[in-house]
Amino acid sequence: MLQVATDPMHQFKVEWLFPENAHWIVGGYNITPTNSALWMGIAVLFILGFFAWSMSRPKTVPDRKQSMGEIWYGFVAGIVKDVNHEDGKPFLPLIFTIFSFIFVTNMFGMFSGPWGHTFTPMSHVAVTGVMALFVFALVIVIGIFKNGFKFLKIFVPSGIPLIILWFVVIIEIFSFFSRPLSLAMRLFANMLGGHVALKVFAGFVPQLVVGLGLLGGVMAALLVMPLLISITALELLVAFLQAYVFAILTCVYLNDALHPGH
Amino acid sequence: MEGLNLIGAGLACVAMGGAGIGVGTIFGNYLSAAIRNPSAAQQQFGNLIFGFAVTEALGIFGLVISLLLIYAAPGASAG
Repeated sequence: MLQVATDPMHQFKVEWLFPENAHWIVGGYNITPTNSALWMGIAVLFILGFFAWSMSRPKTVPDRKQSMGEIWYGFVAGIVKDVNHEDGKPFLPLIFTIFSFIFVTNMFGMFSGPWGHTFTPMSHVAVTGVMALFVFALVIVIGIFKNGFKFLKIFVPSGIPLIILWFVVIIEIFSFFSRPLSLAMRLFANMLGGHVALKVFAGFVPQLVVGLGLLGGVMAALLVMPLLISITALELLVAFLQAYVFAILTCVYLNDALHPGH
Repeated sequence: MEGLNLIGAGLACVAMGGAGIGVGTIFGNYLSAAIRNPSAAQQQFGNLIFGFAVTEALGIFGLVISLLLIYAAPGASAG
């Protein structure tokens, strides 16, 4: 029991929702939902439900519930407008989806309740990796579709003296192909690291109780509590900031695809 | 010679120190510029986050090397 309570990696375990004899096998593939899929599904349903509720019976002068939805939408629209200007309009739904999905899954990952701990899908590199590869592929497809062969100018920045240009091109190629890696690893490492730190500090509490006895342990745990609260607050900030960073980097990469060579 | 990859994993984490210096420089410079000209600060917030993300990526590359050495190197002890 104590082992489970203090093991910081236990919360990242992907588990089937159903026992072995009730697995969904389709065409040789096991597509049984896991707790990761469950929390992704809950996040999607939450986003759909929230905006359906927020935008039900919309008014010209928004009331509170409508303002919440409009601030959320306006925030993402502001990112796209700042980075991509008018060209970004067709990509607003995509950026909005990416931002909302990461933000809501990260936020749900910060909560726990009677069901035990919630699961943070973004703490797995498989999830963030697929999202980063999707953005990477989208940038290449849109860049070639819009610019044709001129898309290769993305590797050749303008205004560089010819003598060092070859070196800059090598760096640009390396930097371009490391994009999906950094995009995936940033989100994954931040969520994993934050949750591990949180769990390690929380794990001090049962250890204090074991080491100092019930009364002394509880007294000492009260000293740990302000630290835990501030780390939790920091993690809530990180959960938002990483969604914001992913969205803004997607915008910047799309901007590169639309206007290569700047 | 077992366990040397763990020492390498620790050494790879030095990259995070460099990323820390870089991120500190970015936020420090943003703050000093924002105090000088608060009205222009809001427009540069996106640039701030972009610079922060790109700088942080280098520290994360170090973390990737570290994780590879712990879990994926030949003769890795864990995993």
